[in-house]
Amino acid sequence: MLITEHELLKDEIREWCVRYGADRGALLPILQEVQHKYGHISEFAMQQIADALEIHPVEVDGVVSFYQFLHTRTHGRFVIRLCRTVSCDMAGKDRVARQLENELGISFGATTPDGRFTLEWASCLGLCDQGPALLVNETVYREVTPEKVHEIVSACRRSLSAHAPEFSQEAAS
Amino acid sequence: MSVSIRTPLTFRDVPPGVGLEAALALKRPAVIATLRAADLRGRGGAGFPTATKWNLAAAAQSKTKYVVCNADEGEPGTFKDRVILNHFPDLVLDGMLIGGYAIGARKGLIYLRGEYTYLRAPLEGILARRRQERRLGRAILGKKGFDFDIEIRMGAGAYVCGEETALIESLEGQRGEPRNRPPFPVDTGFQDQPTIVNNVETLAWVACIFAKGADWFRALGTAKSRGLKIFSVTGDCERPGIYEYPMGLTVGELMQRVGGEGAKAVQIGGAAGRCVPAALFDRTIAFEDIPTGGSIIVFGPQRDMLQVAKNFMEFFVEESCGQCTPCRAGTRKLLGGLELLENGRCSIEYLSELCRLGESISLASKCGLGQSSPKAFLSIIRHFRDELLGRPAPATS
Amino acid sequence: MSVAPADDAPRAPLSQRVQSVRPQQVPGTLGATVTVTVDGQNLPVPLGTTILEAARQLGIRIPTLCYHEDLCVAGVCRICVVEVEGQATLQAACAYPITAPLVIQPHSRKVRRARRHILDLMLAEHYGDCYACFRNGNCELQSLAKEYGVDEFRFGHVTAPRYPVDRSSYAVVRDMNKCILCRRCVRTCIDLQEVGVLEAVGRGDRTRIATFLDKPLGEVVCINCGQCINRCPTGALRANDPTDEVWNAIDHPTRHVVIQTAPSPRAAIGECFGCEPGTALTFQLNTALRQCGFDRVFDTNFTADLTIIEEGTELLLRLRQALQDKQPVALPLFTSCSPGWVKYLEHFYPEMIPHLSSAKSPQQMFGAVIKTYYARMHDLDPAQIVTVALMPCSAKKFECNRPEMCSSGYKDIDYGLTTRELAQMIQEAGIHLPDLTPSDFDDPFGTATGSGVIFGATGGVMEAAIRSVIELVCGVRIESIFEHADVLPVRGFEGVKYAELDLPAIGPVPPLLAGLFTDWSWLAGARLKVGVCHGTANAHKVLEDIKAGGPFSQCHFIEFMACPGGCLGGGGQPIPTSPAIRAARARAIYAEDTAYEVRKSHENPAIARLYGEFFKDGPGSPLCHELLHTHYTPRGKYIV
Ligand SMILES: Cc1cc2nc3c(=O)[nH]c(=O)nc-3n(C[C@H](O)[C@H](O)[C@H](O)COP(=O)(O)O)c2cc1C
Ligand code: SF4
Ligand code: SF4
Ligand code: SF4
Ligand code: SF4
Ligand code: FES
Repeated sequence: MLITEHELLKDEIREWCVRYGADRGALLPILQEVQHKYGHISEFAMQQIADALEIHPVEVDGVVSFYQFLHTRTHGRFVIRLCRTVSCDMAGKDRVARQLENELGISFGATTPDGRFTLEWASCLGLCDQGPALLVNETVYREVTPEKVHEIVSACRRSLSAHAPEFSQEAAS
Repeated sequence: MSVSIRTPLTFRDVPPGVGLEAALALKRPAVIATLRAADLRGRGGAGFPTATKWNLAAAAQSKTKYVVCNADEGEPGTFKDRVILNHFPDLVLDGMLIGGYAIGARKGLIYLRGEYTYLRAPLEGILARRRQERRLGRAILGKKGFDFDIEIRMGAGAYVCGEETALIESLEGQRGEPRNRPPFPVDTGFQDQPTIVNNVETLAWVACIFAKGADWFRALGTAKSRGLKIFSVTGDCERPGIYEYPMGLTVGELMQRVGGEGAKAVQIGGAAGRCVPAALFDRTIAFEDIPTGGSIIVFGPQRDMLQVAKNFMEFFVEESCGQCTPCRAGTRKLLGGLELLENGRCSIEYLSELCRLGESISLASKCGLGQSSPKAFLSIIRHFRDELLGRPAPATS
Repeated sequence: MSVAPADDAPRAPLSQRVQSVRPQQVPGTLGATVTVTVDGQNLPVPLGTTILEAARQLGIRIPTLCYHEDLCVAGVCRICVVEVEGQATLQAACAYPITAPLVIQPHSRKVRRARRHILDLMLAEHYGDCYACFRNGNCELQSLAKEYGVDEFRFGHVTAPRYPVDRSSYAVVRDMNKCILCRRCVRTCIDLQEVGVLEAVGRGDRTRIATFLDKPLGEVVCINCGQCINRCPTGALRANDPTDEVWNAIDHPTRHVVIQTAPSPRAAIGECFGCEPGTALTFQLNTALRQCGFDRVFDTNFTADLTIIEEGTELLLRLRQALQDKQPVALPLFTSCSPGWVKYLEHFYPEMIPHLSSAKSPQQMFGAVIKTYYARMHDLDPAQIVTVALMPCSAKKFECNRPEMCSSGYKDIDYGLTTRELAQMIQEAGIHLPDLTPSDFDDPFGTATGSGVIFGATGGVMEAAIRSVIELVCGVRIESIFEHADVLPVRGFEGVKYAELDLPAIGPVPPLLAGLFTDWSWLAGARLKVGVCHGTANAHKVLEDIKAGGPFSQCHFIEFMACPGGCLGGGGQPIPTSPAIRAARARAIYAEDTAYEVRKSHENPAIARLYGEFFKDGPGSPLCHELLHTHYTPRGKYIV
């Protein structure tokens, strides 16, 4: 990674510290910003954040590893989270899961080699009356059937080609 | 956003602001007195009397206090808070303002679960609108000295952060690990300041109580569980969705209304709740009998209760904060027992030991998560023992 | 002299702080008491006392694991649960502050069963190979299993290690297969030491204690203090143990094996043999070491005295530069004898390295002197000399492996042994230490002074330095200022101490320093300002104060010790540790000081002889610099 990208990230962290305050209470919002922008929270980012908030890097690691939506490793452009809790389970999440794996060619917990999709389980998404439910990044899909899985994945692919510049996987790694 | 709202909702009849204006017209102690008269108990699950909580926070000596709206709705099978925040956000915000006024807080925080990030932008819009309407900010509704603003903070995917002290830890930038209690948030809460944490629905009812009067609320429900409750119904029934009923309705009545008459069991209170078999459908849904934060999951006759129990247990193994031994290691052992049952390889002796372990987990865990984690396991083992024991080995696929 | 109050607010995660009741919450109840009934016995206690504290006052035992007297409360292991009448669930005694009258059943059926279940769960996850574990016989988990009659693994038992053992550090070995997640190490490292190497990561049943992104301990900012080892209830953390190599050296036909013993281990090693804390076995130990086969047994105090001379000289030189030459110079001078502290500074305040005294620690000075002066004196080949150091410290293992510590042309010190490891060797040799007849140290480095002894306690270096500097500069006897030469203002266990002392007079320059100074006139009327702190969390406070221009920035000399209590609380000392145990060890050390005839470093005749025969150009000379001084590495805290 280029030095300039490190500098950029440092500047951004400085800005976020201004916005959220440079104390421990700002940790989660700042991590969420980094996660949102870069798709993961790199080792470098964690150390910079720790420095800015005057805590220890391992404490940042402890927090990042605690929350399901924060990651230290690169995640796909689209993170697909399928609810596996009981209502969605009863509504047929297993078949949706299998179809997702088939469409993407990866199993749960993995990211496609092109870095576009990550497939994950989620605990209850609060859409239990309309299961099976899944989230693609922040967008909700309800009453998903194996048939619909293909549409969802295709829509993601289409939106990628519509929006040029490709998301930089290397950023902040 | 499509939701199946299956009954008329009181929240529709209460225009935003009415409750707030009524409350601000009262003196602070009178606000809490009204709540006490209404006898509102928390809708987040634990059913703690809201007036008592607020009174403790009001009595705490501190210049800085906080009102926290618990919008971390993570209990499997619940989505009522999402619906309320989506359709009636002003009632919830009114409730927070009333709380701030009652305890003397100037700042409110909404802890919104990460899974509901899509609700954030609309809520921010509403907050902005309210600042313009002087329903947020300085001198609210022209009332001098009452300043209050609200900030939205996002969760990041952790069920345990719905537990109020874990929520506060999370707000403070920590791992969402529940604290030792006492002391309670009402005297040592967010940033060590007195803090009230209330469920989304509780806050909406607060606004309704001030709009419609404490007597209206008090007249509904049972003597120990007053008022109305929103239920999130899912599973094997004809009409899943959102329902509003007075507290104290029987499980059987509810099943009739949702089209779940044939059910063999209902899980009341989500993963943390208990499993009620058809034989006990005359029991009532109320704090004094079967409490719930609103999650009702119906199991039809064809359901394998072992899979249900396993799904719940997997949930706890994943969502335990991992801090204390009984919950961290114990839920794993209970899950192991269910796996043995699944393979038809669990002795009754070991099963009994696991049930005793379940009791110890309930007794010795640090927070509500661990304390309630064995409940589903224990109730399913008790009521569906026949279904569970001596299964043939599963066919290997 | 004045003493600044210590500020002891812990920087723990909020959930893990002891949260006592703030008095204003219950108006009029400040200082009020409340009655608690434990197992039928009544006891009035101050509001906010925990159930555990109350039970202990009544002599009722409640088992604990995550609780540690030195640390903030966690309440995570749950082994201490008790029944509180009127409450549906059991409560953790260690974390429950009493604010109303309570009736407590500490051993009811429910409680016993829950505790046993908790133990069963811990054991199910614990890779317990007790006979191959250094905590065998001294393990809190093991003794609880005995106490609760564990006779089978009811919920299974891991039979193979699940995690690799991290041996990357010279000082600390981490074996997470034995970790029960009590988090004492986390609280030690973050709160007590402010280093922040260890933290719980992951959640649910994947929760583990880890370093930043699981990097090897040897590559993160660990300062090797070993405080986490001393507080771990199990064998999950241990020191890197070189006893096999030491035995090999002893058994080797041509090796000349020399051991030096530091004062703190001598005041504590008895604990490994069942003695009460505070039993000094200095001279019995000499006998034991000879029986074990060490060729010579020397006293580290000798080089402690040497350190005082070298470091004191450095202080005077810097003071002259500041006061007489009006030149910019790094003051206050920081002591450098605690290798944990040195590494802390290198990581977290590399810009302050110039403040650090260049004098080596007594351990390293000893090695350099043995492999040069002593080798020549006895016509030994330094390559055949093996230097072993008995230290209370795990950081010393790292220190002796620093690449710059080879000024004699050989590794100054070959092996650092902790108190625990040496006790093990002695046991292995079939010796019951307390029964031995005392014997003396070997010459020529057996002569030491009381000043060297007190290096073991916090404030000791400062006291020794004050004794010598005052006498050398003022020409008066220290006893004329401090009765019995006890410099009380720098003693004691407050985290941070500050003291001022007016120089009473100016004397002639003593011969020892005549090569460097002509007179002390520039010191006339000076007021010496000194600071003392122990535990790196306190060091952090002092350094921040200096950066902010606070009172400590005006100091001339500050003693820093990485470990709480100083060396007597070192990471290599017998386990367990507690404030009471450390206080007992301190008493033993000060008693030993009092027993010495010579109590001031500069009056040590052997030191005079060393300067006379070997370091002929006196303290601070080029040869001294070559052998007795060192340099440091700015490390920074960025973890690669
Ligand atoms: C594991 C756990 C999860 C919880 N999750 C929620 C939640 O998602 N929403 C909620 O309002 N309360 C939740 N609670 C209850 C809260 O701790 C707290 O009691 C509640 O927010 C208080 O609000 P109320 O009095 O208005 O019900 C949870 C409790 C536990 C133990
Ligand atoms: S009971 Fe479970 S969730 Fe609660 S503190 Fe203990 S481990 Fe964490
Ligand atoms: S840590 Fe304790 S219980 Fe575990 S193997 Fe070592 S001595 Fe045995
Ligand atoms: S040796 Fe000291 S610095 Fe290293 S992990 Fe242990 S307590 Fe932390
Ligand atoms: S390493 Fe030791 S002190 Fe640290 S959590 Fe594990 S058992 Fe406790
Ligand atoms: S000793 Fe009290 S919970 Fe661990």
